[in-house]
Amino acid sequence: MHLFARVALVAVALWLATAANAEAIEDMVQALGAKESAEKIAAIDALASSGDERALGILQAMLDRRLFRVKADDRVVFADKSDGGYQLTDPLTGEALGEVGRRDVKKVSVNNKLRGKLRGTIGGMTLLSPEAEARAAAADAVFKTPNAAILPILDQAIEAETDASVRDRLERARAAVQIETSKESAVRQAAVETLAQFTDPDVRTLVASLLVASDDGFVEADDAVRAAATETLATIDAGIARWTLIGNLFQGLSLGSVLLLAAIGLAITFGVMGVINMAHGEMVMLGAYTTFVVQEIFRNHFPGGFDYSLAVAIPAAFVIVGAIGIAIERGIIRFLYGRPLETLLATWGLSLILQQAVRTIFGPTNREVGNPEWMTGAIELAGGVALTYNRIWIIVFALVVFAGLMILLARTPLGLQMRAVTQNRAMASAMGIRTGTIDALTFGLGCGIAGMAGVALSQIDNVGPNLGQGYIVDSFMVVVFGGVGNLWGTLLGATTLGVVNKFLEPYAGAVLGKILVLVAIILFIQKRPRGLFALKGRAVEN
Amino acid sequence: MVRATYTPLLARLGTGGTIFLAVLIAAAIAVPILNQAVPVTSAFHVPTYLVSLFGKYLCFALLALSVDLIWGYCGILSLGHGAFFALGGYAMGMHLMREIGDRGVYGNPVLPDFMVFLDWAELPWYWYGFDNFAFAILMVALVPGTLAFVFGWLAFRSRVTGVYFSIMTQAMTFALLLAFFRNDMGFGGNNGLTDFKDVLGFDLQASGTRVGLYVASAIALGFGFLLSRYLVTSRLGRVLVAVRDAESRTRFLGYRVEYYKLFVFVLSAVLAGIAGALYVPQVGIINPGEFSPANSIEIVIWVAVGGRGTLYGAVLGAILVNYAKSYFTGALPDLWLFVLGGLFIFVTIFMPKGVVGAVTALKDKVKPVAPRPATQGASSG
Repeated sequence: MHLFARVALVAVALWLATAANAEAIEDMVQALGAKESAEKIAAIDALASSGDERALGILQAMLDRRLFRVKADDRVVFADKSDGGYQLTDPLTGEALGEVGRRDVKKVSVNNKLRGKLRGTIGGMTLLSPEAEARAAAADAVFKTPNAAILPILDQAIEAETDASVRDRLERARAAVQIETSKESAVRQAAVETLAQFTDPDVRTLVASLLVASDDGFVEADDAVRAAATETLATIDAGIARWTLIGNLFQGLSLGSVLLLAAIGLAITFGVMGVINMAHGEMVMLGAYTTFVVQEIFRNHFPGGFDYSLAVAIPAAFVIVGAIGIAIERGIIRFLYGRPLETLLATWGLSLILQQAVRTIFGPTNREVGNPEWMTGAIELAGGVALTYNRIWIIVFALVVFAGLMILLARTPLGLQMRAVTQNRAMASAMGIRTGTIDALTFGLGCGIAGMAGVALSQIDNVGPNLGQGYIVDSFMVVVFGGVGNLWGTLLGATTLGVVNKFLEPYAGAVLGKILVLVAIILFIQKRPRGLFALKGRAVEN
Repeated sequence: MVRATYTPLLARLGTGGTIFLAVLIAAAIAVPILNQAVPVTSAFHVPTYLVSLFGKYLCFALLALSVDLIWGYCGILSLGHGAFFALGGYAMGMHLMREIGDRGVYGNPVLPDFMVFLDWAELPWYWYGFDNFAFAILMVALVPGTLAFVFGWLAFRSRVTGVYFSIMTQAMTFALLLAFFRNDMGFGGNNGLTDFKDVLGFDLQASGTRVGLYVASAIALGFGFLLSRYLVTSRLGRVLVAVRDAESRTRFLGYRVEYYKLFVFVLSAVLAGIAGALYVPQVGIINPGEFSPANSIEIVIWVAVGGRGTLYGAVLGAILVNYAKSYFTGALPDLWLFVLGGLFIFVTIFMPKGVVGAVTALKDKVKPVAPRPATQGASSG
C-alpha cells in the first residue's frame, strides 16, 4: 500500500513542479486515459499539434498498448511487463516509477477507430522525417486515415519535399484530407480534381465513396464537387483499365513463357522425333529437384554464394536430366519406335516410377527452393499493377532457351543431323549418320531442356513429386495447338494460350477459364487436325 | 467378299470365350451361395466385403472390355474412357442421391445435402427426373453415349487419329475433371456424391443387396462380352479390324471409316457408362477423381496386361491388375507405384500381346501344330 502512496506523492510533487505549458502537456497525456473515445481523440489531436517532441513517442506507446492507467490515482503511465507485474515509467520525464502488481493498473483501451486515428496522426508527425521512405510511408498512412489536424504539417512537408514521387504521395494524402475534412466545397472540388492524376484502386475507392447515396441526398452534398468526382472517377477508371490490361498481358505472357518452357522440350521429343513422352512432366520435376539439391549444397557449403546457385543449377539440371533422358531412350524408347501408343504407355509407367522414387528419396511433401536476391521484388506500376522480377526473368529465360534451341537446330552440325534423321531416317543412315546416337542425343536434348524448365518453375511453383503432372496436359495442348514439328508454332501456341487464359480469368474464373480454353483447343483441332502450323507433304501421314 | 453366313453364337465364342463365360457363370452362382448359404464360421464363407470387392472388379472388367473393343479391334486409343465411366457413375449417383429423400443430414425432401449446404433454393433443371430409376438408367447410357457421339463425330470426321485423338480424349477428361470439381456445377464439387441409403428400396448396406449388385455386375459383364464378341465376329467387326490395320486402304475400298469408328466408340462409351453405374452403389461414392487422366490411362494398362484384341484378355487384365493393386496398397503401399509403373514398361516392351498372348505363344512352342486359324490379336497400334 505504501507503494501507491509513494507514487501519488511523486505525482503530486511533479504536478507542483511543472510550468504552465508543461502542465498543458500533462493534461493532454492524462486525457489520453479518459473513458470516452471522443475525449481521447481530442487529446490525440491536441498532442499532435502541441509541437512537443515527446508527443510522438507517447502516441506510439498508446498504439503499442503500453499506455496504462494506475487504478489508485488514475494517473496515465507507460507500463512494461515484468516478472511479477508491470514496470512503470513516467511518459514525459522518462523517470522510473517502480513496479506494481498486475491488477493495480488498467490498460488504456484502444479500439479500431482509435487505432486508425493514431496511425494517421503518427503518420502526420513523421511527415518531416529526413528519410524519404519514412515520409512516403507516413504520407500513405495519412491518406488511409485522413485527419484535419495534420493539414498544416502536410502543407509544410509538401513545401519542403524534393523527391518527386514522395511529393506525389504527399499531395495525394493532402487531397484525401481535404476531401474528408474541408468545409469549403471549392477546396474539396480542387482536391477531387487533383486526385484525377492518380491511377490507384485506393484513390478510386475514396472518390467513389463521395457518390454514394446517403439518407439525405449524397455523402458529398455539393453538386459541383460530385460532378468533379464523377469526372475524376471516369479518368481513374480509364487509367486503371489501361494498367489492368497491361497487367493481364504481362500475366498472360508470364503464363505463356512457363508453358513455352514446359512444352519446348516436348516439341523436340514429340514434335521432331514423334515420341510421346508422358514422363516429360517428370523431367521438369527432376530439374526442379536438381535446383533444390544445388541450393542445399550452397546453403551448407557456400552460404555467401547463394545468389549464384541458379547459375549452377541451370547447367546442372540440363546435364543431369539430359543424361537421364539418354538413358531412357537407350533403355526403353528405342525398342518402341514406330509404335507411338506403346511408347505413351511405357513412358507413363516411367513417370509413375520417377514420381514414386522422388517421393521415397525426398519425401512426399514440397521442398523449399529459395529465390535469389535479384529475383525477389517487383516493379510497381500504377493502377495496383506489379511486375514481379521472378516472372520477368522467366520470360527472358524462356526466350533465351527458345533462341538457343533454334540456333542449335538450324546452325550446328548436330542440328543438321537431327533434322536429317527426322526427315528421312534411311537416307540419313546411308549418308553415314549414326541414327541411333542422334536419336539418343535428340531425346536427351528435349529432356535436358525440360530440366532447365524445372529450374525456372522451381522459382514460382511448389517443388513436389506432383510438379510435373500439372504441366503435362498443358504442354501437350501447346504442342498440338501450335503444330507438331514446328518450334515457331510452339512459341505462338504457348503465348496465345497463356494470354487467352489470363484474359478469360477475370470473366470466367480461373477454373472455368481453363475449361473453356481446353474445349476451344478440342474444337480447334477438329478444324485443323495438325495444329496452327502443319507440316506439309507426305511426312505427316506417319 | 463372301457374304457372312449365319454362325451359331457358341461357335463365335471360340475356346477362350467359352471358358471365360463358363468361369463367369460359375463365379456368379458360387459367390452368392458361399456368402448367403454357407455359415459364417465355415472356411468357405465369403464375407460381404469380398463380394463387393469382386463386384468392383467385375465393373472394372466391363470397363476394360469397352476399351478393348475400340483399342484392340479398331485401333482407337482413348485416354479418356474414365470420363464415360464416371458420367455413368454420376447418373446413377444422382438417382441414389434423390433416393435418400429426407433422410439426409438436413432432412430436405428434395435437395441433396450439399445443395442445402450451399444455400441453393431449388433443384437445378438437370437433376429433374433422376428420382425415377428408369430415367436414371436411361441417362446412364445416354449421357456417355451422347458425349462420345459428339466428340467422336467431330474427331473422326476431321480425321483426328492416333496419338492426336488420344491426347484430345485426355484433354476432354481433364476438362471434365476441372468442371466437376466446381461447386456451382451442382454435382457436389470436390466431395462428389455419397451417403447413399438404398437402391430400389433395398438397403445398400445389406449383404443381400450387395450380392444382388454383384450378380447384376456379372450379368452386365456377361452380356457386354457376348455383345462385343458378336460384334467383332460379324462383318462389321472385320471392317473394324481393317480400319485398325490399314485405315486409308479401308477408306479407299469404299467404307465410310468414320461411321464405323463412331458406332463402336459410342457403343464402347455406353458400356463404360453402365460399368460406372454398377460401380457407384457398390463403393458408395462417386467424386471428380474418377475423371483424372491417370485413371483413364490405368484402364488402358489393364487391357495391355491382359492382351488386347481378345476381349477376355481385357477382363483378365483388369482383374489381375486390380487384385495386385488391392494387395500392394494394403501390404506394401510405397511399392505399388513402382510395380504399376514397371508393369507398364515390362508389358509394352516384352509382352506386347499381354498375358493371353504369352500363354498362347507358350502353347504353340510346347505343341507345334498346323498353322492356327487367324488369331484375333495383332500387335500394331
